[in-house]
Amino acid sequence: MSALDRVVKPKTKRSKRFLEKREPKLVENVKNAMLLKGGNANCTVTQALKDIYALKKPYAVLYKKKNITRPFEDQTSLEFFSKKSDCSIFVFGSHNKKRPNNLVLGRMFDYHVLDMIELGIENYVSLNDIKNSKCPEGTKPMLIFAGDVFESSEDYRRLKSLLIDFFRGPTVPCVRLAGLEHVLHFTALNGKIFMRSYKVLLKKSGCRTPRIELEEIGPSFDFTVRRTHLASDDLYKLALKQPKALKPKKKKNISRDTFGTTYGRIHMQKQDLGKLQTRKVKGLKKRPAVNGPENSVKKPRHV
Amino acid sequence: MAAPGVEELLARAEQDEASRLRQITVHKELDLEYDLGNLLAVDPNPPEASEFRRRGGDYLKALARGNTQLLMNQLWQVPTERVAETVVGRLPEPTLRLPREKPPPRARPPTRWEQFAKLKGIRKRKKSNIAWDEAHGEWRRRWGYRRANDPTKNWLMEVPATADPNEDQFAKLRRAKKERVAKNELQRLRNIARSQGRAVPAPVAPPGAPRSRAELGKELQVTRRSTASVGRFQARLPREKEPRGLGKKRRFQPLLGDMAAEKARQLELLGALSRKEPRLDVTRAANKQLREDEQEAARNRKRRGAGRAGSGKKRKGPGGARAGKKGNKQAGKRSRKGQ
Repeated sequence: MSALDRVVKPKTKRSKRFLEKREPKLVENVKNAMLLKGGNANCTVTQALKDIYALKKPYAVLYKKKNITRPFEDQTSLEFFSKKSDCSIFVFGSHNKKRPNNLVLGRMFDYHVLDMIELGIENYVSLNDIKNSKCPEGTKPMLIFAGDVFESSEDYRRLKSLLIDFFRGPTVPCVRLAGLEHVLHFTALNGKIFMRSYKVLLKKSGCRTPRIELEEIGPSFDFTVRRTHLASDDLYKLALKQPKALKPKKKKNISRDTFGTTYGRIHMQKQDLGKLQTRKVKGLKKRPAVNGPENSVKKPRHV
Repeated sequence: MAAPGVEELLARAEQDEASRLRQITVHKELDLEYDLGNLLAVDPNPPEASEFRRRGGDYLKALARGNTQLLMNQLWQVPTERVAETVVGRLPEPTLRLPREKPPPRARPPTRWEQFAKLKGIRKRKKSNIAWDEAHGEWRRRWGYRRANDPTKNWLMEVPATADPNEDQFAKLRRAKKERVAKNELQRLRNIARSQGRAVPAPVAPPGAPRSRAELGKELQVTRRSTASVGRFQARLPREKEPRGLGKKRRFQPLLGDMAAEKARQLELLGALSRKEPRLDVTRAANKQLREDEQEAARNRKRRGAGRAGSGKKRKGPGGARAGKKGNKQAGKRSRKGQ
């Protein structure tokens, strides 16, 4: 019986809903982020975590206490926190002599670490340091990556994917065009990554499309890439795998050529030629049959 | 007079158009890649390092402005519609593939009954929800409250000819129902356990069910050993055999017998006790040797790296080298003690 006793079964509807929310889904929810502090985190790192929390807000959990753990040496505590708060992306901030102002950005797959990239903060301007009006909380940012390194280097390519995964927020079918007011710009230059956050100001241009002006709102970071822990190719491929039910179903007998013309094979019933409309002639018109004998029978022979 | 006027107007309009377009055009060597579903743009042009050195943050801002303008130009092209007095753009599906959070959900594995039914080709048949009640002479629901032909509602039951006349037939019915419910619950849990990939214990025979000879023997063995003294003082039947495969805990040498073997054993023991140098544990020694080799290699690598980097790395100085030497000495001492 011991094996059966271990089957966990929700006792109330509420706990059942709670567990259902965490189950794997066909169309997944927005990835939640957790922000953790290491055993020693200085003011810069703490403030940086708070600012990242402000950018990510409805989809993030900011842990306040210290956690004496090192993600690159032992990932069990991260996995524990991920399971506890159902978060699949994390930022771990720490500060020590060997790696000052350290942020570890990573993501999970099935509650296990998939990718982890360590970024050192070289230069940092907080959200509060720049005094101007900010974007409202939960604004979906536009993400722009500039630099050829994001295409050429494997580490940077994965970092780009990680940053998109982190900041993109919910996928939406529609967006209010005038409400696009936040840009996160990542520039890879001189071996550093410059992250800048701008507010978009729409100006009149005379055309339909407005002219864009930008205003920096912070936070801004100058990052250097330190250690990386990337998933092996087959694990990454497994994580990328799309469920069969989500793939669009292929329609049979329809093909397209290079010019975008659609070709299809259609199957037709045999045509009924009896109903074919020909030229209308008065002589061919159907008339109710007039029965001569019937009429004549009913007629009295003589009046 | 009229003809040049028209041309002039056209030219002016064209100029106007061009100047307006100039406000929203940005020139790039390579075109940007867009993923409008994610509001994402990737600029593959390398940023100009010299320009950055000269202008710093302003250069980054100018670069961002250009890229944002290009992304906005694309976003303003998407089909729009009016929803609640605002203009919304319909975004295409995101094209960038990002890893999933969790693996896709798996279908629930079939229960044991479903497996069996599939094997035998048994199909579910729908029963109507209502049934005819003979006693009441009306249609009633088949299950639940006020169900048709409810056996628990009988006020009178016949005692079978073979049954004990003092047995309560009503209680028997209730007990049977309880047992059926319990069995079903057990099977449900077994199905859950199987679906979660857990070990499912062998089905427990209900009390009173016929058992085979082997099963009875096994049960007898288990019950024999289920005492506080693990069945040590349990009485045996006159011709009962010792159960096989239990294993022996301690083995004793015979008190009388091979004198030479006994002598050799005692001498070996005494020799081991009186030996001055410690015994050689081959596994530990091998591990120690491996670790020392690794440390040596790491030290060499460090020294070579420091030599190559030259002034590049500041923190490697005499301190590091000394630390290395200290470690070496300790390792040496430890190894001597170990051997």
